[in-house]
Amino acid sequence: MSTEQALTPSSYIGHHLSFNVKQVAEGGFWSVNFDSLSVSVFLGLIVFGFLWWVARGATAGVPGKRQAFIELLFEFIDDQVKGTFHGDRHKFVSPTALTVFVFVFAMNAMDFLPIDILAWIFHNVFRQEHFRPLPTADINTTFALALSVWILMIAFGIKVKGLGGWIHELFCAPFGANPLVWPFNLLFNLVEYVSKPLSHSMRLFGNMYAGEVIFLLIGMWAATGLAGTFFGALLGGAWAIFHILIVTLQAYIFMMLTVVYIGMAHESH
Amino acid sequence: MNINLTLFSQALTFAILIWFTVKFVWPPLLAAVESRQKTIADGLADAERAKHDLELAAKRSADILREAKEKAGEIVNHGEKRASEIIEAAKAQAKIESDRIITGAKAEIDREVFQAREQLRSHVSAIALAGAGKILGREIDAKAHNDLLEKLVAEI
Repeated sequence: MSTEQALTPSSYIGHHLSFNVKQVAEGGFWSVNFDSLSVSVFLGLIVFGFLWWVARGATAGVPGKRQAFIELLFEFIDDQVKGTFHGDRHKFVSPTALTVFVFVFAMNAMDFLPIDILAWIFHNVFRQEHFRPLPTADINTTFALALSVWILMIAFGIKVKGLGGWIHELFCAPFGANPLVWPFNLLFNLVEYVSKPLSHSMRLFGNMYAGEVIFLLIGMWAATGLAGTFFGALLGGAWAIFHILIVTLQAYIFMMLTVVYIGMAHESH
Repeated sequence: MNINLTLFSQALTFAILIWFTVKFVWPPLLAAVESRQKTIADGLADAERAKHDLELAAKRSADILREAKEKAGEIVNHGEKRASEIIEAAKAQAKIESDRIITGAKAEIDREVFQAREQLRSHVSAIALAGAGKILGREIDAKAHNDLLEKLVAEI
């Protein structure tokens, strides 16, 4: 927390919602949100390193608790994919679903960390004025994931149906192959192609951003006095418990939509 | 909240993670899980087969038991029949033997009777001679009257 300026609610919230921006070149686009990027890379290394470690030592015999836990996750993801995607799911779709779920879940889970203690650590230990530890409350992160899925969706669509088949579907689905409805089909498909990554990324971003803001509001209340601290802690705990559901649910929804989008790209109309 | 280079950096991170999971995380887990599924399926199939085998074995053992009982009954019947046969044969044998013994005894008795009669006969002549000598008051010349006596003895 910045101690140089006067502490008002808007400065408190504004401070917590500022990214740690590193400028890499001239222009508004050529900068990087160092906090989002470093936290997601760090989580990726930790979480997928752990998965790799367990998978490498996986035995077909009686599994240990660690392996059993990972297998539970494995079978949960695989079951979800099995119900939605029809084809050789083990080659790409299931592992992608696992990646999405685990990665998004880990990034969402950063919301549980106490924001002001983290801010204190980053201010006093790492000398960083701004640091947002929740990568999924950064539209860049969620849009990057959604856009990657969008590219995969189009790539699989072209791969499965051929370029001609894919373009044919742009014009002839969903209303029919009559040339009179071609513009409507194209318009409909364009809207769909634009809305998919937007809704996909905005849903996750909105949920996590709202969760973060509510934590900030509760934290602000805690600054008003002893009673505020007490009830703030109580409410913060309650919101954190409820947030477990949101964190898991949003990761699940993001994964399911990924599978559904890629699955739809495999199906011809 | 502006879009900046973070978008591409995060997309790159995501792509690397997908590649890593596809390549290194998913296959070993899949192999372990599928291999265990196969083991379990095999075990269940084995158990099913063993159950079936057990049923067959129970049926066969019942069959064998029934057969053995039948055979034992047969053997007992046969034994009883054989025993009665042996008894009958022994009876017949005993009859023959007893007949033989009786015949032998009868012959022996006849011989004894004859012998006794001979003995008696020889004694009778001596007694007669002694009696006659006493009656006549003198010694009878045995030689002189032997012919007479012989004739007498033969008449007895």
